[in-house]
Amino acid sequence: MRDGYRRASARRNFVLIGALICLALVMVLDLTTGPSGMPLVDVWHGLLAGPAGDDRMVATILWQLRMPQTVMGVLVGACLGLAGLQMQTILGNPLASPFTLGFSAAAGFGAALAIMFGSLIPLPGFIVIPACAFAMTLVACALVYLIARLRGATPEILILGGIAVLFFFQSLQSLLQFLASPEVLQQIIFWLFGSLLKSSWTSVTVTAAIACACLPFIAGSTWALTTLRLGDANARSLGLSVEKIRRHTFLIVALLTAGAVSFVGTIGFVGLIAPHVARAMVGEDHRFSLPLAAMTGAIILIGASVFGKFISPAAVIPVGIITAVAGVPMLFAVIAKRGQRGLA
Amino acid sequence: MTARLVLRDVDVQHGRAKVLSGVSASIKAGQIVGLIGPNGAGKSTLLNAIAGQLSTKGKILWSGKPVDARDIGFMPQQCQVRADLSVLEVILLGRHEQLGWRIADDIMSAASRILAFFAIGDLAARSMQTLSGGQQQLVLLAQRLLREPQLLLLDEATSALDVRHQMHVLRLLKDYVARTGALVLIAVHDLNLAARHSDTVMLLNGGRLVGHGAFDTVITPDVLRSVYGIDAEFIPSQSGISVILPLSPTSIEANPMEETP
Repeated sequence: MRDGYRRASARRNFVLIGALICLALVMVLDLTTGPSGMPLVDVWHGLLAGPAGDDRMVATILWQLRMPQTVMGVLVGACLGLAGLQMQTILGNPLASPFTLGFSAAAGFGAALAIMFGSLIPLPGFIVIPACAFAMTLVACALVYLIARLRGATPEILILGGIAVLFFFQSLQSLLQFLASPEVLQQIIFWLFGSLLKSSWTSVTVTAAIACACLPFIAGSTWALTTLRLGDANARSLGLSVEKIRRHTFLIVALLTAGAVSFVGTIGFVGLIAPHVARAMVGEDHRFSLPLAAMTGAIILIGASVFGKFISPAAVIPVGIITAVAGVPMLFAVIAKRGQRGLA
Repeated sequence: MTARLVLRDVDVQHGRAKVLSGVSASIKAGQIVGLIGPNGAGKSTLLNAIAGQLSTKGKILWSGKPVDARDIGFMPQQCQVRADLSVLEVILLGRHEQLGWRIADDIMSAASRILAFFAIGDLAARSMQTLSGGQQQLVLLAQRLLREPQLLLLDEATSALDVRHQMHVLRLLKDYVARTGALVLIAVHDLNLAARHSDTVMLLNGGRLVGHGAFDTVITPDVLRSVYGIDAEFIPSQSGISVILPLSPTSIEANPMEETP
């Protein structure tokens, strides 16, 4: 029995290592693709030479343009994957994703607000949109959190509160779009597409800092989240403070989502699919499924970035569009694999 | 000094309905206590109240102190698992507070022992989703015992088991009590099972404790008629414990059903 468990754990570790290798490969592929092209050898030399390399063109393209986008893609994909799995666990709902509770709608409204009235906000120009998107995501989180505090943090209350918040911010977003001039409307819509082209080392630093701040809690709650998968009644009877873990995880999900979408815009489906892929491959033990969901999210997003640059090198298609289109067949594939055992 | 569970004027209210009213008892550890009574009598409510899952009035003390979650192993009535976790993983979660990134050898050994104790070692690698209701019940019971609780609260924990497994589990509980001196409170509907495997019984009716003591002193033909609304025959058996054979219901409307949590 013990050997069987060790074998199962070893297999899961192999899957994690495989995912890590896969992620490294797509990252390299992402670095080699772009409007100006760059062979693998040049990328390799450029990486070894560092940002201050002799070949200024290679150094600039690689370290100032592509690298921030690639690293941002990894961070955003990982944050959405992690947030998605945690969300599905605390809500016991396979349809949940970081956007279920209206976080993306709130971020979109914040961004639209900043695009329209950014000049009135006393912040440096490059940070106004992400700051507003981030702040609005936290406002959405606070609203749902408040509802959960008042009525109990049950999955039903969280989902219903989230849907109310989602519609509220979507309506406000629509109102701003209705009032905006055609030029401003175009900017709002481009932001909502979700694109890694908006990445910079500043956005990478901020998103990485948020993710790092959340990691200790995520690592510390792996067993609690796994226990929650036994159902509320079992988890509670095993001494788990179900509502507390649900509220704390909800805050972490809000932070991760805000960190992810504030800089690059709305990116759908990653947070929904990555958890399903992770569970299908390593099961429900969150020691394995959380890191795999993060890596799967990153692989999907970087893969979408590569695909976008490959099919349209001149005008890169935003990753948000590709993940939404590619997400549907991927979801079908996951459903087919899981079959009658269910997705939850 | 033997531990003791003390209930003092325990009341539980669901909305306007009082589902438990003035329950008082003092129960010595080292025994299996059968919690019996008709549907809606308050058995589940009492177990949930002792487990700290409900807000209550009155006092519930274990060894003179309020019940600590670490002392108890509670298995509620509705606890089917739908997650794709293996049996061994579910057993290990019985000690989720002590688990780290690597499972400690002593916890793994304890899980192996408990699987062997319940004779379900062959299920260790199976997913919970592939088990029958009865098999899941066995696994979840084993999980609770991994915590080695001093106070084990079981709400119809053998309801999905066949007769052989019911007897097996109740014998295991008896061994567990003999080994650890724990107190087991088990809600059961089968009166014959309660008679055979409980040291004492507590009879609840309409949210009140109406009898507490040895089975044959609590359950009599008159009590069956007034509490359960049935006429029954008590057939002597070789074991010395009478077998209750229900004959006919007296009146069904005499026992209004109440909501249980």
